[in-house]
Amino acid sequence: MRIEFVLNGEPCSLEVAPHEWLLDVLRDRLQLTGTKRSCDVEVCGACTVLVDGRPVSACTYLAFEARGREVRTVEGLASGPHLHPLQEAFIRHGALQCGFCTPGFLMMALALLAAQPTPAEDEVRRWLHGNICRCTGYKRIVGAVLEAARATAAIAGRPAP
Amino acid sequence: MRPFDLHEPRSVAEASVLLRQLGERGKVYAGGTELLLILKQGLASYEALVNIKRIPGLAGIAYNPSAGHLEIGALATHWDLEWSPVLRERLPLLARVERQVANPRVRSVGTIGGNLAFGDPHADPPTFLLALDALLHVESDRGTRTVPVAGFYQDAYTTALRHDEILTRVVIPLPTPGTRLGYRRFGYLERPSLGVAVAMTFGDGVVQRCRIAIGCVGPVPLRVPAAEEVLTGLAHHEVHRRAAQAAEAAAAAVDPVDDLHGSAEYKRSLVEVMTRRTIWDCLSEVGGRSDRCASSSS
Repeated sequence: MRIEFVLNGEPCSLEVAPHEWLLDVLRDRLQLTGTKRSCDVEVCGACTVLVDGRPVSACTYLAFEARGREVRTVEGLASGPHLHPLQEAFIRHGALQCGFCTPGFLMMALALLAAQPTPAEDEVRRWLHGNICRCTGYKRIVGAVLEAARATAAIAGRPAP
Repeated sequence: MRPFDLHEPRSVAEASVLLRQLGERGKVYAGGTELLLILKQGLASYEALVNIKRIPGLAGIAYNPSAGHLEIGALATHWDLEWSPVLRERLPLLARVERQVANPRVRSVGTIGGNLAFGDPHADPPTFLLALDALLHVESDRGTRTVPVAGFYQDAYTTALRHDEILTRVVIPLPTPGTRLGYRRFGYLERPSLGVAVAMTFGDGVVQRCRIAIGCVGPVPLRVPAAEEVLTGLAHHEVHRRAAQAAEAAAAAVDPVDDLHGSAEYKRSLVEVMTRRTIWDCLSEVGGRSDRCASSSS
């Protein structure tokens, strides 16, 4: 079946089989390999992408469901040479070691900041509890997300948390 | 995963006819957060999936003031429920229960109808809805029937749904004034190892009606009348004192199974502790409605 959707701001048209996973389409057919496969059962969050602004596990999400929707992957975060405030904050905080889980954390954090622009620390932890990192111990990730929230709030003129 | 054909009916009747024609070769598909996992793992396989998400009228969360009911379309996702202004105003504890389901990715895709119809014993909504006497609307091209949650679950992964029927709506009678609600879950995995729901209605200073439901420890969520009877007729301060006795009755009444979540003995002990605490939760706010939702999971 042919599906049309918007991928990181660009229109995309593709022939997919009903049983194809979104993750395979992104990685193997569109060469967007930032999104990772890890647990493959919706638990670890390494494959997190946004569909119409909501986070989904691309590993267990059928590609055809993207039809008519807007898909955002980690490749769509930066605009040209300018990193997203979340990416800047992850770098400043050293919020990654091996980096395999990082795209998933970034996309989940993006969904969080869209829903709650000025989250408290426990809110950040609650949103990220379904993303697993085996290197950092989470402290720096949470710190980075809080800092990105403050930076984004400052730009938007919102009160900082 | 094995390839399958995809059907996308535009009405319940059309879906129902399709499902009957396909028989065991076809399955209803909505959010897919449960179904796709078992297909991927090879635990089940179907020649065709029937996507019901294009059928109009199966989503939405509304308050029906004349009936005093909340009406939730089966396609409403856990995310929709978690963030629903209607739910936050009318039944905030359900929004909080939904907020604890799995993780945000599963909540944004998984539907309440799918959660209920899949019949996984380790789920939160069935236990909570059982304590609230919720009703399930079930439809096919042959007609509509209403099944109380209490009569819906037959065994693990087995419900009263017939093969050509679709769960279309969840109807929740809103608790009457004076009702205290509590829900606790416990577990170290993403799925709960135990869920306890209590709905206690006070009138003339005493408990006039009590519902205690225990989920996850056995194949289906169950009410525990022996525990409910301990509390019925008691005044507020007596409920606090007798909570332990009710909790013991609940632990004696359940029939836990050994599994990945723990041994049967361990679960029986959990039921006692968590039932007592959930009853206490219901007492913890004087006046208005207590609707605490506690989670002891990691």
